[in-house]
Amino acid sequence: MANNLKLIKNPLSKENPITVQVLGICSALAVTAQLKPAVVMALSVTVVVALSNVVVSLLRNTIPPRIRIIVQLVIVSMMVILVDQVLKAFVYEVSKQLSVFVGLIITNCIVMGRLEAFAMSHKPGVSFLDGIGNGLGYAFILITMGFIRELFGSGTLWGCQIIPQALYNIGYENNGLMIMPPMALIIVGIIIWVHRSRNKDLCEK
Amino acid sequence: MFSNKYIFVYSTILVVVAASILSIAAVVLKPFQQKNQEVEKMQQLLSSVGIASETNNAEELYNKYFTEEYGVNSEGEIVSSYIDQKQTKGSERPFKADMKKELQKVKNNDRSASLPVFVCNKDGKKNYVVPVSGAGLWGGIWGYMAVDDDLSTVVGVNFGHKSETPGLGAEITTEKFQNQFKGKQVFEGSQVKLQVKKRADKQDKYQVDAISGATITSTGVSNMIKDCLGLYIKYFETIKTDSNGK
Amino acid sequence: MQEIINIFVKSIFIDNMVFAFFLGMCSYLAVSKTVKTSMGLGLAVAFVLIITVPVNYLINKYILAEGALVWLSDSFKDVDLSFLSYIFFIAVVAAIVQLVEMFIEKVSPSLYSQLGIFLPLIAVNCAILGASLFMQERDYANVGEVVSFAAGSGIGWLLAIVSLAAIREKIRYSHVPAPLKGLGITFIITGLMAIAFMSFLGIKL
Repeated sequence: MANNLKLIKNPLSKENPITVQVLGICSALAVTAQLKPAVVMALSVTVVVALSNVVVSLLRNTIPPRIRIIVQLVIVSMMVILVDQVLKAFVYEVSKQLSVFVGLIITNCIVMGRLEAFAMSHKPGVSFLDGIGNGLGYAFILITMGFIRELFGSGTLWGCQIIPQALYNIGYENNGLMIMPPMALIIVGIIIWVHRSRNKDLCEK
Repeated sequence: MFSNKYIFVYSTILVVVAASILSIAAVVLKPFQQKNQEVEKMQQLLSSVGIASETNNAEELYNKYFTEEYGVNSEGEIVSSYIDQKQTKGSERPFKADMKKELQKVKNNDRSASLPVFVCNKDGKKNYVVPVSGAGLWGGIWGYMAVDDDLSTVVGVNFGHKSETPGLGAEITTEKFQNQFKGKQVFEGSQVKLQVKKRADKQDKYQVDAISGATITSTGVSNMIKDCLGLYIKYFETIKTDSNGK
Repeated sequence: MQEIINIFVKSIFIDNMVFAFFLGMCSYLAVSKTVKTSMGLGLAVAFVLIITVPVNYLINKYILAEGALVWLSDSFKDVDLSFLSYIFFIAVVAAIVQLVEMFIEKVSPSLYSQLGIFLPLIAVNCAILGASLFMQERDYANVGEVVSFAAGSGIGWLLAIVSLAAIREKIRYSHVPAPLKGLGITFIITGLMAIAFMSFLGIKL
């Protein structure tokens, strides 16, 4: 039981897929200008990682090693297409904002990385937990960034005005740079800085 | 341990299973997705005549106000119509037509072109909404333009774009830009005279101020209005003669 | 013609794969330690992009898009296979990378020894799949535009990774706070570079 808990807890900090393993950054940055797409993206990735982990783990003894990468790609693409179709059907607005980045979950290194490193050699149950854990680790960073960028960039959260009008009246302005792409990179840099100064053993030499 | 035959059979089964799961999902979810696209289009049409809508009430509002849809050819003749949610002429519902494709047909002198017109009955008055489509600086721009029952005064517009520069060309989607069109005149005689112009005279009823720094996008909007509205001149004239004759 | 040049310039400077869409970030961060290797990876990415994107364009136009199968028979008018595009695109990318690898190995062993180790990395580089998805979403009018988009994106990516590598070679001699070393500072540099690239936004052709 303690081990299972570890599977979920470790990726949140010590083995965070984004800030420590440096996986899946591509899509993480592009969708975080607002909180809502960031949350939807995080959920989609979590679902895809967890489900493909289970499927690959179930099939792990039947997959011929020579074609295993292709088999994994097919399974991942299938999951991603399913997620994409569901998003288009039920949360159309958000799926338009995410545009191609849903498709790019296929090449998100988190997914392939977890399949190779974990699901191919573990039972379905633990693979599922590993998928959820890594998905949550990814979600944690995405949501933090979405929160910061939307709050300071547009003064809103989840589309609702948070910063009171009174503050604008005395001269406060939204920081337009926050919603532009470069700021995403700088914020990740700062998150890594904070994270590593709290966990000294993660520092690079 | 795994023979070639095994690998071959394995991959075949995998592909067949994956393809069938995906096809089922696509077929099951398709109606929902189409619905979303239709609702989006309805919201844009509603917004061009100044009716605010939410995703959940757009269809209801659309059916309430937009009671007539027509498809007209470049000669101004009605080739299809859809009135009170019933197809009354032709086989294609004008709502489904894609303006970009229809414009291409007109350009190629394809006689099957059918340009959509949406008629909105609001406060006892008829507003005519036509789709417009053209090119900006980096990609396509499109939108809807609503005119009053005098067939020239602009009631409102709604623009969209594919990839204009944020802060410059992309400003065409803002209310600030779109509100400028309200009350302007499109036609002078049988010419489209409305234009988007740098340092426009705000009092001039044919001029709208361009976005500073986005000359090409602004010219694109101007050309788009000229090209698309120009195609409806003949149709608008037949309406005018009809109503005068009554 | 003007359109083609427009797209080319735009995809190098304004819609830069790295700075505007964060595509190919994983390998961008991992392989940018020296100018020489990053040059190799950059060239390989540009090369594969120029081949895969037009191929995917043709596949999309003649197989996947709605009504694309009309050339087979009129009865396929309503067939819309676009939900399969992710799986098709990724398969094409993987297959072409494999082919290119075999081809280069046969024709020019010296080039192979330079590019060879990067080619397998590229199959899961999201810049490649991303470019194909952007091609589909942006709906380019003809093959010329698609090729110029692919070439522009490839060159843009090359430019980004080589200039980052040059900066990283120098920064080794600077005093960076320990927790920021390596990954953190690289993100912040990339962010600053992206801000510099934003100045191309006002470009007029």
